[in-house]
Amino acid sequence: MTVAELAAKLGARILTPQANAQQEVTGVYCGDLLSWVMSHAEKGDAWITVHTHVNIVAVAVLAELACIIIPESIEVDDGTVARAKEQGVTLLGSDLKAAELCWRIYEMLR
Amino acid sequence: MSGIIRLHFELPGNDLMSAGEASSSVKKKLNQLGINPAAVKKAAIAMYEAEINAIIHAGGGTLAVTITKDRINIVISDHGPGIADLDLAMQEGYSTAPDYIREMGFGAGMGLPNIKRNADRLEIKSAVGQGTTVEITVFF
Repeated sequence: MTVAELAAKLGARILTPQANAQQEVTGVYCGDLLSWVMSHAEKGDAWITVHTHVNIVAVAVLAELACIIIPESIEVDDGTVARAKEQGVTLLGSDLKAAELCWRIYEMLR
Repeated sequence: MSGIIRLHFELPGNDLMSAGEASSSVKKKLNQLGINPAAVKKAAIAMYEAEINAIIHAGGGTLAVTITKDRINIVISDHGPGIADLDLAMQEGYSTAPDYIREMGFGAGMGLPNIKRNADRLEIKSAVGQGTTVEITVFF
């Protein structure tokens, strides 16, 4: 499943339409401690976080995550969207809660 | 690859927004060189953690990277306050980061342990009041 397909199935907004949303999603990870995420998330994971500052983009690039999903209609900083576009990271915005996103994505990938 | 590649970066103090630029750029370089992906990821994560540490705790610093055929060597030097008790600092969960840093998802006391986990060789030299030098080596 690609990030674009995942966004469509979740009804999520693609906040970075210019980024490559064709990356393959192979798992899901939820967490807000950035060091923890970097050491435990796996390549290809869709990462759910409530952080919206620009450093989440670096974490996604370094940990080779498929995309970042911001849950619960949280507004994302413009600077973060700009950095994500620049680094080719897809940012998704969703109205769903983090737990529901995890469950839905897990079910889709089973 | 043949020869030695040297890269140098300045880490601006207290500018967390620029953190990750050096490690992302080194990661790109290693990928271009065709280095094995597991080693690239280890080096990039260790370097990013060290970047964050220098910015948060030491008002920035410098970063010197040397890439040879079989390894990457990353030296991060700062003139910050130094680490008073290195053994304590290496313990997961121990942190001196201020609250606003913790609110951003950093400062959980995982930076140095994460560097240790990802580095094949790690050397830290620190003197209180003078600064810290962290040397990370990852073999390909």
